[in-house]
Amino acid sequence: MNGYILSAILAMAAATVVSRAAPFLFLGRWAAHPAVRFLGKATPPVILTLLVLYCLKGVSPTVPPYGLPEAVALALTVGLHLQWRNALVSIGAGTGVYMALVQSGIMSAVI
Amino acid sequence: MGFSPRLFASAFHVTVPVILGYFPLGFAFGLLFVDQVGAGWVYAFLMSLIVFAGASQFLAVGLLAAGAGIAEIAAATFVLNARHAFFGVSLLERWRTSPLKKIFLVYWLTDETYALITSLKPPPDVEETDFHLLIAGINYAAWCAGSLAGALAGEAIAFDTTGLDFTLTALFAVLLVEQVRRVREPFPFLLALAAGLVTLAVFGTANMLLISITLALILVVADGARRGWA
Repeated sequence: MNGYILSAILAMAAATVVSRAAPFLFLGRWAAHPAVRFLGKATPPVILTLLVLYCLKGVSPTVPPYGLPEAVALALTVGLHLQWRNALVSIGAGTGVYMALVQSGIMSAVI
Repeated sequence: MGFSPRLFASAFHVTVPVILGYFPLGFAFGLLFVDQVGAGWVYAFLMSLIVFAGASQFLAVGLLAAGAGIAEIAAATFVLNARHAFFGVSLLERWRTSPLKKIFLVYWLTDETYALITSLKPPPDVEETDFHLLIAGINYAAWCAGSLAGALAGEAIAFDTTGLDFTLTALFAVLLVEQVRRVREPFPFLLALAAGLVTLAVFGTANMLLISITLALILVVADGARRGWA
């Protein structure tokens, strides 16, 4: 168990070091290349869209509470962020409301 | 040359907003780790100390709790960090300093630290690289301290963490909003959404992240090559 956690931590550390150092080691002379610039611009939106989708992959719209807690908390997070652009406020409020909704089971009760 | 109290004070002053974000997020990570992975606080703290990648650490809590393979965890960490693999390159030219300081600057470089460094000018008669190094180091300390406090609190107090993992969803949603503001072109988002939904339909939820990212990046490269990288 603890060996598993420790191996995971070390593997993550190695992956992080490689991903942070690689651009400095290898991309320096290619930084101005159109392909690198194109990928640098196109990669973050693609990966972040997929990460949000990944976080929501366990939500089933056909089973109560029909993904409503996720929808409400996500709308709040995005709305607050569009309004104030303060990441801590957006994340804190969204997570707080989500925890209240799933722990109280209020959505299932209402539906 | 040393780190004068004045240099420390000015670096601390500009990084307060990041500290206010990193400490609570680190706290949430520590709490979630102890509760869901079931390993001691030492492991949560250790992960923050040597990995120092917030999103990957939250993601790892879910993967570790599910007993995922080491290779899968490492690959997910790499992909998650690679999303900003390109942004540090522009800084390399500016950092003319000792190799040891450069190593720490690269190791400590996060989204928030990068945003601070590139949007701020150091105070007059302050060495820019040392200013950057201090900002990065203070943010690192805030994340580690938050994780330690959260993990210790999680062991001391029985706390219902159900739903706390939404922190990761909210974090990605916030970063996605920032990307939408910056990119102002629906194509990459729609392409990713399509790749994700196809992956879920064909392969289900197991390994969804790696399969969908691979698929989407192949499509991005194909599209870029077709358009001559413009």
